[in-house]
Amino acid sequence: MNIVKFYQKGTYTVGNRLVSEAERTTQSSPERTNSITCGHRACQGCGEALGARYAIDSAMKATDNQLIAVNATGCLEVFTTPYPETSWQIPWIHSLFGNAAAVATGVAAAQRVRGHANVRVIAQGGDGGTTDIGFGCLSGMFERNDDVLYICYDNQAYMNTGVQRSSATPPTARTATTPSLGPEPGNVFGTGKNVPLIAMAHNIPYVATAAVADLRDLEAKVTKAMSIHGARYIHILVPCPLGWGSAAHDTVRVARLAVESGIFPLFEAEHGVVTHSTAIRRRVPVDDYLLPQRRFAHLFKNGKPVDGRVARLQAMADENIRRYNLLRDEESDR
Amino acid sequence: MLKQTEGSHAVAEAVALCRPEVICAYPITPQTHIVEGLGELVKSGQLQNCEYINVESEFAALSVAIGASAAGARAYTATSSQGLLFMAEAVYNASGLGLPIVMTLGNRAIGAPINIWNDHSDAMALRDAGWIQLFAETNQEAVDLHIQAFRLAEILSCPVMVCVDGFILTHAVERIDVPEQAEVDAFLPAYEPIQVLDPKDPVSIGAMVGPEAFMEVRYLEHHKQMRALDLIPELAAEFKAMFGRESGGLVRPYRLEDAETVVVAMGSVNGTIKDVIDDRRAEGDKVGALSICSFRPFPLEEVRAHLLGVRRIVVLEKSLAVGLGGVLASHVRMALRGRAQLVYTLIAGLGGRPILKKSLSAFLSKVETEPHADVHFLDLKNDVVERELVRASQQRRSGPTAENVLKHIGSPMAGLV
Repeated sequence: MNIVKFYQKGTYTVGNRLVSEAERTTQSSPERTNSITCGHRACQGCGEALGARYAIDSAMKATDNQLIAVNATGCLEVFTTPYPETSWQIPWIHSLFGNAAAVATGVAAAQRVRGHANVRVIAQGGDGGTTDIGFGCLSGMFERNDDVLYICYDNQAYMNTGVQRSSATPPTARTATTPSLGPEPGNVFGTGKNVPLIAMAHNIPYVATAAVADLRDLEAKVTKAMSIHGARYIHILVPCPLGWGSAAHDTVRVARLAVESGIFPLFEAEHGVVTHSTAIRRRVPVDDYLLPQRRFAHLFKNGKPVDGRVARLQAMADENIRRYNLLRDEESDR
Repeated sequence: MLKQTEGSHAVAEAVALCRPEVICAYPITPQTHIVEGLGELVKSGQLQNCEYINVESEFAALSVAIGASAAGARAYTATSSQGLLFMAEAVYNASGLGLPIVMTLGNRAIGAPINIWNDHSDAMALRDAGWIQLFAETNQEAVDLHIQAFRLAEILSCPVMVCVDGFILTHAVERIDVPEQAEVDAFLPAYEPIQVLDPKDPVSIGAMVGPEAFMEVRYLEHHKQMRALDLIPELAAEFKAMFGRESGGLVRPYRLEDAETVVVAMGSVNGTIKDVIDDRRAEGDKVGALSICSFRPFPLEEVRAHLLGVRRIVVLEKSLAVGLGGVLASHVRMALRGRAQLVYTLIAGLGGRPILKKSLSAFLSKVETEPHADVHFLDLKNDVVERELVRASQQRRSGPTAENVLKHIGSPMAGLV
């Protein structure tokens, strides 16, 4: 992809008119499939609904509409299929909370054995269904290098059941099971799982992270993933206004601040090696990312950090920036 | 073709003859030889057009089968004991989604205490999970039931569990007639799914269902099993016409004419029971047996019809509903509702305890003379139980029960022979 030097003031997004026809987003095309069509029951400002629509429409385009989706139990499953209605315009199955990767393995095996090699399979789940309860099946699918793209829509807690901590919940975040009470309010430091890195440790052909803030980057990664066979993993940050305590109209902004602060690095890896990271164009302090979210409200008083915890989060962001080389002169506005 | 072979291997050959398209393999004793056998058949090229997938758990094994079946492939897996419990959530899911998966259950006890030997605790634990459950009496029947199971599952779009006693059947080497491919192909047509994940005709499978429709979906699951009550004997008759053998069906009566005492049981123990019946008949005792092949659906009417007029019914079962007694016995009592017939629950063979002819015969002599009691335990070592109860009453920290019982007995293997 060419580096686009111009972007819109305020939103910092790259308009389609600034790029060539071929580089325009799937979402901007009237030909997009609307794989998850209107009428679903997601909350206002739901990042997961946005992320899933972006990802699946791109995967549909990349596979010439020969796509089957497997869904873990969770918000995405519940809000898209209130019986007898469904928002899915593609073949779709939901089995259980913890087995989406394994069910997808079975669907992919059936395509091979039945001579439908052109039909591709994606599995998808939230962070709970991926990093916690579905982790065994996910690792098994990776290890066997089954021909499945697994997409994790990470909103950093069990939102469907009412915002409980998962192994993707960041330190200090308030959830229903890590309340902002006591001497160490919110989720503790030193816990959690980095599933993109664990996926890389399986030496699978493709791993990427993405966020709903950068549509073109997200679509490019899904498109690339669908050009590859074998086990693939994309981890998409999807803010949840309900669980994060952010404004519904701020979903894309909060996701962008996660990326621009370095808290959520965007990168790609092939066969266990990082091959590309998306540079931060306009770096912001983590405070900018934390302040719009009520789950971090206990970190601040009158806009100022109450103790050293914000500095610890800043150190985590700084470490991501160093590790993934996210500040590059030629791509950053400094 | 007649051959001398191990039960597990014969089951593997029978499954292969059914042309499964996806096989999910995970080891657990005593089922392991079945998936090993299938692995050999796939690797050697004898079973073609089949994806053999080594998975990381039983939960994944059945989940992969769910995906494969929903995508239109004939799917098979096998498990035992803890494995069945580990996949329990998927067991319910497969039936709820109406997917015609066939699974062999190499019946084995459930821990703790961990025990690899045969009983029926595993099958009984998931008896209400919506699967058809068929119990094989012999290895020949195990072979034949698998061929019938795929047909039954696919007609109804309902999963079928073929229960085969661990070790007693799975590891026994005996003469088995393994059918020819052409015969099986004639009996079992290609799988034609009622629902399939297909980009040409997209459907959503596994939607959320609320109170307005859940009862109806569940009822329709029950309705399938009620249809199976008719289909199972029909398929057994068709199988007999084609293969020349009695296999399957709902129940199998043995010497019930004028019987005053009837032993009801499932699986391989019916061999022992029939020997006891023959011995006692030879001495003039009016005894018979009723073998239950189909536990789900449970053939209430057939059981009732065969047992009406029988004075005593001894239900021998290889599982214990802790806090109640017998599972199968409760079913038999349900079949005999409104009748004043004596039903004895005889718990036997838990964790592989041998069920001896002389013990069973002694029990049958006893029930003819002693007053009726609901629950009996065959060959329970009462002295060991008493000693442990006394010990536990004397000190609070009495220690782990299983280890104490082993100490009382002296040797871990002492109880087996």
